[in-house]
Amino acid sequence: MVADRARRVLLGGAGVLLVLGVMEAASRTGVVDAASVPPATEILSGAVEMAADGEFGGHLGATVAAWLSGVLLAVVLAVPAGLLLGSVPVLDRAALIVVELLRPIPSVALIPLAILVFVEPGRVERSLVCYACLWPILLNTLYGLREVEPVAKETLRSFGFGPLGVLLRVSLPSAAPLVLTGVRIALAVGLVVAVSAELRAGGESGLGIYLLATQSGGGRPDLMLAGALWAGVLGLLANGLLVAAERRIFRWRAVR
Amino acid sequence: MLEIKGLGHRYADGHRALTGIDLGVERGELVCLVGPSGCGKSTLLRCVAGLLRPTEGTVTLDGNTVDRVPDGLAVVFQDYTRSLFPWLTVRDNVALVLRRRGLGRRERRAAAEEALAAVGLADAVRKYPWQLSGGMQQRAAIARALAYRPSLLLMDEPFGSVDAQTREDLEDLLLTVRGGEGGMTILLVTHDIDESVYVGDRVVVLTGAPGTVHTELRVDLPAPRDQIATREHPAFVALRAEVGRAVRRP
Repeated sequence: MVADRARRVLLGGAGVLLVLGVMEAASRTGVVDAASVPPATEILSGAVEMAADGEFGGHLGATVAAWLSGVLLAVVLAVPAGLLLGSVPVLDRAALIVVELLRPIPSVALIPLAILVFVEPGRVERSLVCYACLWPILLNTLYGLREVEPVAKETLRSFGFGPLGVLLRVSLPSAAPLVLTGVRIALAVGLVVAVSAELRAGGESGLGIYLLATQSGGGRPDLMLAGALWAGVLGLLANGLLVAAERRIFRWRAVR
Repeated sequence: MLEIKGLGHRYADGHRALTGIDLGVERGELVCLVGPSGCGKSTLLRCVAGLLRPTEGTVTLDGNTVDRVPDGLAVVFQDYTRSLFPWLTVRDNVALVLRRRGLGRRERRAAAEEALAAVGLADAVRKYPWQLSGGMQQRAAIARALAYRPSLLLMDEPFGSVDAQTREDLEDLLLTVRGGEGGMTILLVTHDIDESVYVGDRVVVLTGAPGTVHTELRVDLPAPRDQIATREHPAFVALRAEVGRAVRRP
Protein backbone atom coordinates (compact mmCIF):
# COMPACT_ATOMS: atom_id res chain seq x y z
CA MET A 1 0.00 0.00 0.00
CA VAL A 2 2.61 2.52 1.16
CA ALA A 3 4.98 1.48 -1.60
CA ASP A 4 2.14 1.85 -4.10
CA ARG A 5 1.39 5.35 -2.95
CA ALA A 6 5.06 6.36 -3.00
CA ARG A 7 5.34 4.98 -6.52
CA ARG A 8 2.32 6.97 -7.66
CA VAL A 9 3.63 10.20 -6.13
CA LEU A 10 7.02 9.62 -7.74
CA LEU A 11 5.54 8.94 -11.16
CA GLY A 12 3.25 11.98 -10.87
CA GLY A 13 6.20 14.15 -9.90
CA ALA A 14 8.20 12.77 -12.80
CA GLY A 15 5.36 13.67 -15.20
CA VAL A 16 5.26 17.24 -13.90
CA LEU A 17 9.04 17.60 -14.23
CA LEU A 18 8.95 16.23 -17.76
CA VAL A 19 6.31 18.74 -18.89
CA LEU A 20 8.18 21.60 -17.22
CA GLY A 21 11.40 20.47 -18.87
CA VAL A 22 9.81 20.37 -22.33
CA MET A 23 8.29 23.84 -21.79
CA GLU A 24 11.62 25.21 -20.63
CA ALA A 25 13.49 23.73 -23.57
CA ALA A 26 10.88 24.89 -26.10
CA SER A 27 11.13 28.50 -24.93
CA ARG A 28 14.90 28.55 -24.48
CA THR A 29 15.60 27.03 -27.89
CA GLY A 30 13.13 29.33 -29.63
CA VAL A 31 10.74 26.57 -30.78
CA VAL A 32 8.04 28.77 -29.24
CA ASP A 33 8.34 32.53 -28.87
CA ALA A 34 9.78 33.17 -25.42
CA ALA A 35 8.04 36.56 -25.33
CA SER A 36 4.56 34.99 -25.47
CA VAL A 37 5.33 31.69 -23.71
CA PRO A 38 8.10 32.34 -21.20
CA PRO A 39 10.26 29.45 -19.94
CA ALA A 40 8.80 27.32 -17.17
CA THR A 41 11.33 28.55 -14.61
CA GLU A 42 10.18 32.13 -15.12
CA ILE A 43 6.53 31.16 -14.78
CA LEU A 44 7.30 29.25 -11.59
CA SER A 45 9.29 32.07 -10.06
CA GLY A 46 6.41 34.40 -10.99
CA ALA A 47 3.98 32.05 -9.25
CA VAL A 48 6.10 31.99 -6.09
CA GLU A 49 6.47 35.77 -6.14
CA MET A 50 2.69 36.17 -6.52
CA ALA A 51 2.01 33.94 -3.56
CA ALA A 52 3.91 36.38 -1.36
CA ASP A 53 2.04 39.31 -2.89
CA GLY A 54 -0.97 40.37 -0.82
CA GLU A 55 -2.82 41.82 -3.77
CA PHE A 56 -2.78 38.55 -5.69
CA GLY A 57 -3.88 36.76 -2.53
CA GLY A 58 -6.96 38.98 -2.45
CA HIS A 59 -7.82 38.10 -6.06
CA LEU A 60 -7.33 34.43 -5.42
CA GLY A 61 -9.47 34.60 -2.27
CA ALA A 62 -12.31 36.31 -4.14
CA THR A 63 -12.35 33.58 -6.77
CA VAL A 64 -12.24 30.83 -4.17
CA ALA A 65 -15.14 32.42 -2.25
CA ALA A 66 -17.33 32.78 -5.34
CA TRP A 67 -16.39 29.30 -6.57
CA LEU A 68 -17.06 27.47 -3.33
CA SER A 69 -20.27 29.36 -2.54
CA GLY A 70 -21.55 28.63 -6.04
CA VAL A 71 -20.77 24.93 -5.67
CA LEU A 72 -22.32 24.86 -2.20
CA LEU A 73 -25.51 26.46 -3.49
CA ALA A 74 -25.60 23.88 -6.30
CA VAL A 75 -25.27 21.06 -3.73
CA VAL A 76 -28.10 22.51 -1.66
CA LEU A 77 -30.34 22.71 -4.73
CA ALA A 78 -29.32 19.65 -6.73
CA VAL A 79 -29.24 16.95 -4.02
CA PRO A 80 -32.84 17.50 -2.83
CA ALA A 81 -33.94 17.89 -6.46
CA GLY A 82 -32.24 14.60 -7.28
CA LEU A 83 -33.87 12.87 -4.31
CA LEU A 84 -37.26 14.18 -5.40
CA LEU A 85 -36.86 13.20 -9.05
CA GLY A 86 -35.27 9.89 -8.12
CA SER A 87 -38.15 8.86 -5.90
CA VAL A 88 -41.09 10.15 -7.95
CA PRO A 89 -40.86 8.47 -11.37
CA VAL A 90 -43.54 10.73 -12.89
CA LEU A 91 -41.50 13.84 -12.05
CA ASP A 92 -38.33 12.17 -13.29
CA ARG A 93 -39.83 11.50 -16.70
CA ALA A 94 -41.32 14.98 -16.89
CA ALA A 95 -37.99 16.60 -15.99
CA LEU A 96 -35.82 14.43 -18.22
CA ILE A 97 -36.12 16.52 -21.39
CA VAL A 98 -35.80 19.80 -19.51
CA VAL A 99 -32.61 18.58 -17.85
CA GLU A 100 -31.16 17.20 -21.08
CA LEU A 101 -31.98 20.51 -22.82
CA LEU A 102 -30.47 22.78 -20.18
CA ARG A 103 -27.44 20.67 -19.38
CA PRO A 104 -25.46 21.12 -22.62
CA ILE A 105 -25.84 24.92 -22.62
CA PRO A 106 -22.37 26.26 -21.83
CA SER A 107 -22.45 28.50 -18.79
CA VAL A 108 -20.24 30.98 -20.61
CA ALA A 109 -23.03 31.45 -23.17
CA LEU A 110 -25.28 32.55 -20.32
CA ILE A 111 -22.92 35.29 -19.11
CA PRO A 112 -24.77 38.14 -20.94
CA LEU A 113 -28.08 36.93 -19.55
CA ALA A 114 -26.64 36.58 -16.06
CA ILE A 115 -25.26 40.13 -16.25
CA LEU A 116 -28.71 41.43 -17.19
CA VAL A 117 -30.41 39.52 -14.40
CA PHE A 118 -27.89 39.74 -11.56
CA VAL A 119 -25.97 42.94 -12.52
CA GLU A 120 -23.42 42.76 -9.70
CA PRO A 121 -20.35 40.81 -10.95
CA GLY A 122 -19.99 38.68 -7.80
CA ARG A 123 -23.58 37.51 -8.07
CA VAL A 124 -23.21 36.91 -11.79
CA GLU A 125 -20.20 34.71 -11.08
CA ARG A 126 -21.81 32.72 -8.25
CA SER A 127 -25.01 32.13 -10.18
CA LEU A 128 -23.12 30.87 -13.23
CA VAL A 129 -20.94 28.58 -11.13
CA CYS A 130 -24.07 27.27 -9.45
CA TYR A 131 -25.81 26.70 -12.78
CA ALA A 132 -22.87 24.77 -14.21
CA CYS A 133 -22.51 22.68 -11.05
CA LEU A 134 -26.16 21.72 -10.77
CA TRP A 135 -25.98 19.16 -13.56
CA PRO A 136 -23.16 16.87 -12.53
CA ILE A 137 -24.50 16.80 -8.96
CA LEU A 138 -28.11 16.25 -10.03
CA LEU A 139 -27.24 13.51 -12.50
CA ASN A 140 -24.91 11.71 -10.12
CA THR A 141 -27.57 11.82 -7.40
CA LEU A 142 -30.00 10.22 -9.84
CA TYR A 143 -27.47 7.55 -10.89
CA GLY A 144 -26.71 6.87 -7.26
CA LEU A 145 -30.39 6.39 -6.44
CA ARG A 146 -30.82 4.02 -9.36
CA GLU A 147 -28.05 1.81 -8.00
CA VAL A 148 -29.52 1.41 -4.53
CA GLU A 149 -29.85 -2.26 -3.62
CA PRO A 150 -33.56 -3.19 -3.85
CA VAL A 151 -33.11 -5.74 -1.06
CA ALA A 152 -31.74 -3.01 1.24
CA LYS A 153 -34.82 -0.88 0.61
CA GLU A 154 -37.15 -3.85 1.09
CA THR A 155 -35.40 -4.69 4.34
CA LEU A 156 -36.17 -1.33 5.87
CA ARG A 157 -39.71 -1.39 4.43
CA SER A 158 -40.30 -4.79 6.00
CA PHE A 159 -39.45 -3.33 9.40
CA GLY A 160 -42.28 -0.84 8.95
CA PHE A 161 -40.39 2.20 7.64
CA GLY A 162 -42.28 4.43 5.23
CA PRO A 163 -41.05 5.84 1.91
CA LEU A 164 -39.42 8.88 3.54
CA GLY A 165 -37.62 6.73 6.10
CA VAL A 166 -36.32 4.44 3.35
CA LEU A 167 -35.24 7.44 1.26
CA LEU A 168 -33.28 9.08 4.07
CA ARG A 169 -31.91 5.98 5.77
CA VAL A 170 -31.13 3.70 2.83
CA SER A 171 -31.29 5.49 -0.50
CA LEU A 172 -29.42 8.63 0.54
CA PRO A 173 -26.51 6.88 2.27
CA SER A 174 -26.22 4.36 -0.58
CA ALA A 175 -26.19 7.13 -3.17
CA ALA A 176 -23.85 9.36 -1.16
CA PRO A 177 -20.58 8.13 -2.74
CA LEU A 178 -21.85 8.94 -6.23
CA VAL A 179 -23.23 12.28 -5.03
CA LEU A 180 -19.79 13.14 -3.71
CA THR A 181 -18.24 12.15 -7.04
CA GLY A 182 -20.72 14.56 -8.64
CA VAL A 183 -19.54 17.29 -6.28
CA ARG A 184 -15.96 16.55 -7.26
CA ILE A 185 -16.78 16.91 -10.96
CA ALA A 186 -18.75 20.08 -10.15
CA LEU A 187 -15.75 21.60 -8.36
CA ALA A 188 -13.61 21.21 -11.48
CA VAL A 189 -16.32 22.63 -13.75
CA GLY A 190 -17.11 25.41 -11.27
CA LEU A 191 -13.56 26.72 -11.16
CA VAL A 192 -13.44 27.04 -14.95
CA VAL A 193 -16.76 28.85 -14.94
CA ALA A 194 -15.74 31.16 -12.08
CA VAL A 195 -12.59 32.33 -13.86
CA SER A 196 -14.40 32.60 -17.22
CA ALA A 197 -17.14 34.69 -15.65
CA GLU A 198 -14.54 37.04 -14.16
CA LEU A 199 -12.85 37.39 -17.54
CA ARG A 200 -16.13 38.21 -19.29
CA ALA A 201 -18.20 39.97 -16.65
CA GLY A 202 -15.44 41.95 -14.97
CA GLY A 203 -15.63 43.08 -11.36
CA GLU A 204 -13.33 44.31 -8.63
CA SER A 205 -11.32 41.24 -7.77
CA GLY A 206 -10.78 37.66 -8.76
CA LEU A 207 -8.24 35.50 -10.53
CA GLY A 208 -9.82 36.36 -13.90
CA ILE A 209 -9.56 40.09 -13.13
CA TYR A 210 -5.91 39.62 -12.27
CA LEU A 211 -5.31 37.71 -15.51
CA LEU A 212 -6.96 40.54 -17.47
CA ALA A 213 -4.71 43.08 -15.74
CA THR A 214 -1.57 41.12 -16.67
CA GLN A 215 -2.59 41.39 -20.31
CA SER A 216 -3.13 45.18 -20.31
CA GLY A 217 -0.35 47.49 -21.49
CA GLY A 218 2.66 45.57 -22.75
CA GLY A 219 1.33 42.37 -21.16
CA ARG A 220 3.08 40.05 -18.77
CA PRO A 221 2.67 36.52 -20.14
CA ASP A 222 4.82 35.12 -17.32
CA LEU A 223 2.43 36.49 -14.69
CA MET A 224 -0.60 35.48 -16.70
CA LEU A 225 0.60 31.88 -16.93
CA ALA A 226 1.64 31.96 -13.28
CA GLY A 227 -1.91 33.08 -12.37
CA ALA A 228 -3.34 30.28 -14.50
CA LEU A 229 -1.00 27.87 -12.74
CA TRP A 230 -2.52 28.87 -9.41
CA ALA A 231 -5.98 28.10 -10.77
CA GLY A 232 -4.66 24.66 -11.63
CA VAL A 233 -3.27 24.23 -8.13
CA LEU A 234 -6.66 25.14 -6.66
CA GLY A 235 -8.37 22.53 -8.80
CA LEU A 236 -5.79 19.91 -7.89
CA LEU A 237 -6.16 20.63 -4.17
CA ALA A 238 -9.95 20.50 -4.28
CA ASN A 239 -9.91 17.20 -6.14
CA GLY A 240 -7.30 15.70 -3.84
CA LEU A 241 -9.20 16.70 -0.71
CA LEU A 242 -12.42 15.20 -2.01
CA VAL A 243 -10.81 11.96 -3.13
CA ALA A 244 -9.27 11.63 0.33
CA ALA A 245 -12.65 12.37 1.93
CA GLU A 246 -14.37 9.79 -0.29
CA ARG A 247 -11.85 7.12 0.71
CA ARG A 248 -12.31 7.86 4.39
CA ILE A 249 -16.07 8.24 4.53
CA PHE A 250 -16.99 5.53 2.06
CA ARG A 251 -14.58 2.80 3.07
CA TRP A 252 -17.48 0.35 2.82
CA ARG A 253 -17.82 1.00 -0.87
CA ALA A 254 -14.24 0.13 -1.74
CA VAL A 255 -14.56 -3.20 0.02
CA ARG A 256 -17.76 -4.15 -1.72
CA MET B 1 -53.49 -15.72 12.92
CA LEU B 2 -52.33 -15.93 9.32
CA GLU B 3 -54.71 -17.07 6.59
CA ILE B 4 -53.58 -17.55 3.01
CA LYS B 5 -56.42 -18.25 0.56
CA GLY B 6 -56.12 -19.10 -3.11
CA LEU B 7 -52.85 -17.20 -3.32
CA GLY B 8 -51.18 -16.98 -6.71
CA HIS B 9 -48.75 -14.65 -8.30
CA ARG B 10 -47.75 -13.93 -11.85
CA TYR B 11 -44.86 -11.48 -12.31
CA ALA B 12 -45.05 -8.66 -14.83
CA ASP B 13 -42.82 -10.65 -17.21
CA GLY B 14 -45.45 -13.42 -17.35
CA HIS B 15 -43.58 -15.81 -15.05
CA ARG B 16 -46.08 -17.59 -12.83
CA ALA B 17 -44.48 -18.27 -9.47
CA LEU B 18 -47.36 -19.51 -7.33
CA THR B 19 -50.89 -20.75 -7.74
CA GLY B 20 -53.77 -21.77 -5.49
CA ILE B 21 -51.92 -21.71 -2.17
CA ASP B 22 -54.10 -22.30 0.90
CA LEU B 23 -52.36 -22.20 4.24
CA GLY B 24 -53.26 -21.23 7.78
CA VAL B 25 -50.79 -20.54 10.58
CA GLU B 26 -51.77 -20.44 14.26
CA ARG B 27 -50.34 -17.90 16.69
CA GLY B 28 -47.08 -19.13 18.13
CA GLU B 29 -46.64 -21.82 15.52
CA LEU B 30 -43.41 -22.46 13.63
CA VAL B 31 -44.21 -23.57 10.10
CA CYS B 32 -41.46 -24.66 7.73
CA LEU B 33 -41.81 -24.32 3.99
CA VAL B 34 -39.67 -26.74 2.05
CA GLY B 35 -39.45 -27.43 -1.63
CA PRO B 36 -37.10 -27.41 -4.57
CA SER B 37 -35.63 -24.18 -5.96
CA GLY B 38 -38.06 -22.23 -8.10
CA CYS B 39 -41.22 -23.42 -6.38
CA GLY B 40 -42.09 -19.88 -5.29
CA LYS B 41 -41.15 -20.06 -1.62
CA SER B 42 -39.58 -16.60 -1.61
CA THR B 43 -42.49 -15.15 -3.56
CA LEU B 44 -44.87 -16.56 -0.97
CA LEU B 45 -42.89 -14.92 1.85
CA ARG B 46 -42.88 -11.58 0.03
CA CYS B 47 -46.66 -11.72 -0.39
CA VAL B 48 -47.11 -12.48 3.31
CA ALA B 49 -44.74 -9.59 4.16
CA GLY B 50 -46.85 -7.17 2.15
CA LEU B 51 -43.82 -6.37 -0.02
CA LEU B 52 -45.48 -7.90 -3.08
CA ARG B 53 -49.12 -7.63 -3.99
CA PRO B 54 -50.31 -11.05 -5.19
CA THR B 55 -52.19 -11.20 -8.47
CA GLU B 56 -54.61 -13.83 -7.10
CA GLY B 57 -56.03 -14.66 -3.70
CA THR B 58 -55.63 -13.00 -0.32
CA VAL B 59 -53.43 -12.96 2.73
CA THR B 60 -55.06 -11.98 6.00
CA LEU B 61 -53.30 -11.41 9.27
CA ASP B 62 -55.42 -11.25 12.45
CA GLY B 63 -58.45 -10.72 10.22
CA ASN B 64 -56.96 -7.80 8.26
CA THR B 65 -56.10 -8.13 4.60
CA VAL B 66 -52.38 -7.66 4.06
CA ASP B 67 -52.09 -4.91 1.44
CA ARG B 68 -49.01 -3.25 2.88
CA VAL B 69 -46.28 -4.27 5.33
CA PRO B 70 -48.12 -5.27 8.52
CA ASP B 71 -47.09 -4.02 11.96
CA GLY B 72 -44.88 -6.23 14.07
CA LEU B 73 -43.30 -8.01 11.15
CA ALA B 74 -39.66 -8.88 10.61
CA VAL B 75 -38.08 -10.57 7.62
CA VAL B 76 -34.71 -12.28 7.35
CA PHE B 77 -33.91 -12.14 3.66
CA GLN B 78 -32.05 -14.87 1.86
CA ASP B 79 -29.67 -12.27 0.42
CA TYR B 80 -28.26 -11.22 3.79
CA THR B 81 -25.23 -9.45 2.27
CA ARG B 82 -27.42 -6.94 0.49
CA SER B 83 -29.87 -6.80 3.34
CA LEU B 84 -27.33 -5.39 5.81
CA PHE B 85 -26.41 -1.72 5.48
CA PRO B 86 -22.66 -1.48 4.84
CA TRP B 87 -22.37 2.11 6.07
CA LEU B 88 -23.55 1.13 9.56
CA THR B 89 -21.79 -0.99 12.14
CA VAL B 90 -23.37 -4.31 12.95
CA ARG B 91 -24.80 -2.85 16.16
CA ASP B 92 -26.27 0.15 14.33
CA ASN B 93 -27.77 -2.15 11.71
CA VAL B 94 -29.75 -3.73 14.51
CA ALA B 95 -30.39 -0.51 16.46
CA LEU B 96 -31.72 1.30 13.38
CA VAL B 97 -34.78 -0.90 12.96
CA LEU B 98 -35.56 -0.58 16.68
CA ARG B 99 -36.48 3.06 16.06
CA ARG B 100 -39.82 1.69 14.95
CA ARG B 101 -40.18 0.18 18.39
CA GLY B 102 -40.17 3.56 20.11
CA LEU B 103 -37.00 2.91 22.10
CA GLY B 104 -34.52 5.59 23.13
CA ARG B 105 -31.00 5.65 21.75
CA ARG B 106 -29.44 3.91 24.73
CA GLU B 107 -32.15 1.26 24.89
CA ARG B 108 -31.78 0.58 21.19
CA ARG B 109 -28.06 0.01 21.57
CA ALA B 110 -28.50 -2.20 24.60
CA ALA B 111 -31.19 -4.29 22.87
CA ALA B 112 -28.99 -4.56 19.76
CA GLU B 113 -26.01 -5.76 21.76
CA GLU B 114 -28.14 -8.27 23.62
CA ALA B 115 -29.53 -9.73 20.39
CA LEU B 116 -26.08 -9.88 18.81
CA ALA B 117 -24.72 -11.64 21.88
CA ALA B 118 -27.54 -14.19 21.58
CA VAL B 119 -26.30 -15.19 18.12
CA GLY B 120 -22.66 -15.22 19.25
CA LEU B 121 -21.63 -11.87 17.82
CA ALA B 122 -20.87 -10.04 21.08
CA ASP B 123 -17.32 -9.31 19.90
CA ALA B 124 -18.38 -8.01 16.50
CA VAL B 125 -20.81 -5.25 17.47
CA ARG B 126 -18.51 -2.43 16.39
CA LYS B 127 -17.46 -4.06 13.15
CA TYR B 128 -18.99 -3.32 9.79
CA PRO B 129 -20.90 -6.06 7.97
CA TRP B 130 -18.27 -6.28 5.23
CA GLN B 131 -15.63 -7.05 7.83
CA LEU B 132 -17.50 -10.23 8.80
CA SER B 133 -17.64 -13.67 7.21
CA GLY B 134 -20.80 -14.71 5.38
CA GLY B 135 -21.99 -16.79 8.31
CA MET B 136 -21.46 -13.92 10.73
CA GLN B 137 -23.35 -11.54 8.44
CA GLN B 138 -26.19 -14.02 8.32
CA ARG B 139 -26.25 -14.16 12.11
CA ALA B 140 -26.28 -10.36 12.28
CA ALA B 141 -29.34 -10.29 10.01
CA ILE B 142 -31.04 -12.84 12.26
CA ALA B 143 -30.14 -10.83 15.38
CA ARG B 144 -31.68 -7.73 13.78
CA ALA B 145 -34.97 -9.53 13.21
CA LEU B 146 -35.01 -11.09 16.69
CA ALA B 147 -34.19 -7.79 18.43
CA TYR B 148 -37.23 -6.28 16.76
CA ARG B 149 -39.40 -8.77 18.68
CA PRO B 150 -41.84 -9.26 15.83
CA SER B 151 -45.14 -11.05 16.31
CA LEU B 152 -44.62 -12.60 12.86
CA LEU B 153 -41.13 -13.56 11.74
CA LEU B 154 -40.47 -14.57 8.15
CA MET B 155 -37.14 -16.23 7.36
CA ASP B 156 -35.87 -17.12 3.92
CA GLU B 157 -33.08 -19.71 4.08
CA PRO B 158 -31.64 -17.99 7.16
CA PHE B 159 -28.96 -20.56 8.03
CA GLY B 160 -27.52 -21.30 4.60
CA SER B 161 -24.04 -19.90 5.24
CA VAL B 162 -23.36 -20.78 8.86
CA ASP B 163 -21.34 -23.79 9.95
CA ALA B 164 -23.10 -26.91 11.22
CA GLN B 165 -22.51 -26.27 14.92
CA THR B 166 -23.73 -22.66 14.73
CA ARG B 167 -26.68 -23.80 12.69
CA GLU B 168 -27.79 -26.11 15.46
CA ASP B 169 -27.39 -23.33 18.02
CA LEU B 170 -29.50 -20.98 15.88
CA GLU B 171 -32.18 -23.63 15.39
CA ASP B 172 -32.39 -24.02 19.17
CA LEU B 173 -32.49 -20.23 19.57
CA LEU B 174 -35.50 -20.13 17.23
CA LEU B 175 -37.25 -22.75 19.32
CA THR B 176 -36.87 -20.58 22.42
CA VAL B 177 -38.31 -17.40 20.86
CA ARG B 178 -41.35 -18.93 19.18
CA GLY B 179 -44.64 -19.67 20.90
CA GLY B 180 -45.58 -18.98 24.51
CA GLU B 181 -46.48 -15.64 26.05
CA GLY B 182 -45.77 -12.89 23.51
CA GLY B 183 -43.85 -15.45 21.51
CA MET B 184 -43.31 -15.22 17.81
CA THR B 185 -45.11 -16.91 15.01
CA ILE B 186 -42.50 -18.05 12.53
CA LEU B 187 -42.63 -18.98 8.86
CA LEU B 188 -39.29 -20.49 7.85
CA VAL B 189 -38.24 -21.29 4.31
CA THR B 190 -35.52 -23.92 4.14
CA HIS B 191 -33.93 -26.38 1.75
CA ASP B 192 -32.90 -28.60 4.59
CA ILE B 193 -35.43 -31.36 5.23
CA ASP B 194 -33.90 -32.41 8.57
CA GLU B 195 -34.01 -28.84 9.76
CA SER B 196 -37.66 -28.42 8.78
CA VAL B 197 -38.65 -31.45 10.83
CA TYR B 198 -36.41 -30.55 13.75
CA VAL B 199 -37.67 -26.98 14.29
CA GLY B 200 -41.14 -27.16 12.71
CA ASP B 201 -44.51 -27.66 14.33
CA ARG B 202 -45.65 -28.30 10.81
CA VAL B 203 -43.85 -28.84 7.52
CA VAL B 204 -45.45 -27.61 4.31
CA VAL B 205 -43.98 -29.05 1.13
CA LEU B 206 -44.32 -26.85 -1.93
CA THR B 207 -43.68 -28.30 -5.37
CA GLY B 208 -43.93 -27.44 -8.99
CA ALA B 209 -43.63 -24.34 -11.07
CA PRO B 210 -45.89 -22.52 -10.41
CA GLY B 211 -45.66 -23.66 -6.80
CA THR B 212 -48.56 -25.34 -5.02
CA VAL B 213 -48.93 -26.97 -1.62
CA HIS B 214 -48.05 -30.63 -2.12
CA THR B 215 -48.26 -31.95 1.43
CA GLU B 216 -48.74 -30.63 4.95
CA LEU B 217 -47.32 -32.66 7.80
CA ARG B 218 -47.80 -32.09 11.50
CA VAL B 219 -44.62 -32.74 13.45
CA ASP B 220 -45.44 -34.49 16.68
CA LEU B 221 -42.15 -34.83 18.43
CA PRO B 222 -41.57 -34.67 22.17
CA ALA B 223 -40.63 -31.25 23.57
CA PRO B 224 -38.16 -29.87 24.35
CA ARG B 225 -36.38 -30.87 21.20
CA ASP B 226 -32.80 -31.90 21.45
CA GLN B 227 -30.25 -31.92 18.68
CA ILE B 228 -29.17 -35.48 19.39
CA ALA B 229 -32.18 -37.21 20.96
CA THR B 230 -34.82 -35.71 18.69
CA ARG B 231 -32.90 -36.54 15.55
CA GLU B 232 -32.66 -40.23 16.51
CA HIS B 233 -36.31 -40.46 17.53
CA PRO B 234 -38.18 -42.95 15.28
CA ALA B 235 -40.92 -40.37 14.58
CA PHE B 236 -38.26 -37.90 13.40
CA VAL B 237 -36.73 -40.46 11.06
CA ALA B 238 -40.15 -41.38 9.67
CA LEU B 239 -41.19 -37.74 9.14
CA ARG B 240 -37.91 -36.87 7.53
CA ALA B 241 -38.39 -39.69 5.04
CA GLU B 242 -41.94 -38.61 4.37
CA VAL B 243 -40.94 -35.00 3.70
CA GLY B 244 -38.06 -36.20 1.54
CA ARG B 245 -40.35 -38.30 -0.59
CA ALA B 246 -42.83 -35.43 -0.95
CA VAL B 247 -40.09 -33.06 -2.09
CA ARG B 248 -38.79 -35.53 -4.67
CA ARG B 249 -42.11 -36.78 -6.03
CA PRO B 250 -43.96 -34.11 -7.93
